[in-house]
Amino acid sequence: MSANPLLQVTNLTKSFGGVRAVKSVSIEVNQGDLLGLIGPNGSGKTTLVNLVTGFVKTSSGEIIYRGRNITNWAPYKIVRLGIARTFQMVKPFYQLPAFKNMIIPLYSPKVKRLAGGKYGDRDAIALDLLEEVGFERDSHVAFKTASVLPQGYLKRLELAKAIALQADLLILDELFSGLSLAEVASIVPIIEKLRHEGKTIIMIEHRLKELFRIANRVVVLNYGMKIAEGSAKEVMESDEVKRAYLGTEV
Amino acid sequence: MKKRKERIDRGIKVRSEDIFALCSLREMLYLSAPRLLPILGFLVLPLILGIYWQKVLLSVAVFALLAISWDILAQSGMVSLGQALFFGMGAYSAGILNHYWGISPFISIPAATIMGGFICTVLLLPVLRLRGIYFAMVTLIIPLMLVRVIEATKIFGGTEGLHGLTPFPSKWLDLYIVVAALLVALFGLRRMMNSDYGLVLKAINDNDRSVMNAGINIYWFKIQILFISSSIGAFAGAFMTHVYMFVGMPVFALDYSILPIAAAVVGGPGSLAGATMGAVILVPLSEVLRGIGGLRIVFYGLFLVVFVVGLPEGIFHYIQRKYNQFERWVEVEK
Repeated sequence: MSANPLLQVTNLTKSFGGVRAVKSVSIEVNQGDLLGLIGPNGSGKTTLVNLVTGFVKTSSGEIIYRGRNITNWAPYKIVRLGIARTFQMVKPFYQLPAFKNMIIPLYSPKVKRLAGGKYGDRDAIALDLLEEVGFERDSHVAFKTASVLPQGYLKRLELAKAIALQADLLILDELFSGLSLAEVASIVPIIEKLRHEGKTIIMIEHRLKELFRIANRVVVLNYGMKIAEGSAKEVMESDEVKRAYLGTEV
Repeated sequence: MKKRKERIDRGIKVRSEDIFALCSLREMLYLSAPRLLPILGFLVLPLILGIYWQKVLLSVAVFALLAISWDILAQSGMVSLGQALFFGMGAYSAGILNHYWGISPFISIPAATIMGGFICTVLLLPVLRLRGIYFAMVTLIIPLMLVRVIEATKIFGGTEGLHGLTPFPSKWLDLYIVVAALLVALFGLRRMMNSDYGLVLKAINDNDRSVMNAGINIYWFKIQILFISSSIGAFAGAFMTHVYMFVGMPVFALDYSILPIAAAVVGGPGSLAGATMGAVILVPLSEVLRGIGGLRIVFYGLFLVVFVVGLPEGIFHYIQRKYNQFERWVEVEK
């Protein structure tokens, strides 16, 4: 582990009433990592992301980002500090056309400061970003209302919104779920390109084959606890991971 | 033979969306008529109406302002049932400034607009996190509570209110002040809601978590729009205080909360022009029905029901659609 990790989560715990969704989880993410976060359904992956991004308050534990304690900060402050995320259940602005969806992240104070962009300029920036994630420029897809877009485009839109925030750490929550093999294959190069540009990425995934191809490190959660950590090969050889995914013989 | 209705943009609309609209007087007129019509209407009507209908026009403008103030809040995800709070706060602020310190209406109205906006924003600050019906309930309760506070403590004239406030120097002045305020609010706020800033407000209504996730402090935006909305309502209240030369508990009446919502719903929610159009229809209708006495409310209610059921999108959206598109029945391909 590096001496100065980008993100350091220490003994993070979250209880919802009597249910402990995350139990004393500690994770370090280094600059340039592509960390895969996996685990069976209900293992606490999304809760962990919600804790890191401020959408859920922690019960105990600490979250340090670039040396600053960001535990229980408001989500918008965490985004401004450089952590952007996508949602497992996509959250577009259904009433707006796809490219107008992009105006919202482009209007955030941090992006306004970094990229500028006056009224009108943002439309052009939005279309460029959408093209980057696979909205064909010569088609009308970018101008269609988000409510009529198929799942594949909504996932791309979600990714484009996170990219627009110019964050250093991207957390992608089940980006591949609900997508066809061809759609996943077209998104993987975009993620690899982001990593090349120096972004640090945490990916929550159930599509392990695709994830293991690009992740340099994997953390496995089960029942809210970290049960394994290491390279893809190492974690898949772990008996505990096999038990979590396959169960035990009766 | 199965048929379906097809809607096609009029040729003139398609052409007018381009810079070439400037080449043709007819197309320029097509573009500007929907904007010029209300401006000319509001500016010319005071000159041709009798005294009674001038007062009705004044009421139309005041309720249109309240409907606009309701609509911008609703578009930003805050459904209010208490425009009377904004109206009453402005009315009492202007009344107090004039009654106790003798401040002229030309100063008391702008001051009450800002004071009223500020006080309402501060009052509603703790409930900004509430959404939907919960926010609506609080806005409904506060003006009702304030009435009881004034009644019980007998402050600001108690149940008698404050009388003998300074009127406007001329009846033309008050009419044109409120008409000008309405036109500025209508076109200014429409421009604001169509900008990127307005887009963020609409996005808060659509999905506030997603806006938070874009690094935007939604509560700061809500505070700003609440201040703008309550200032508009407070202006309407402050203005009416000097027209009536009186301020009292009726300024917190439910009428000032419900009629603006009815106007916005009949006119077409989500468009400020619709809110104005709703007030232009409902306020004179209420006056016309005055002649039939007790059955007035029945007919008024029936009219509302017919409109809401028959044109759920609102009159404005219906007219807008008819203006920009034509419809025809076409056979469905087998």
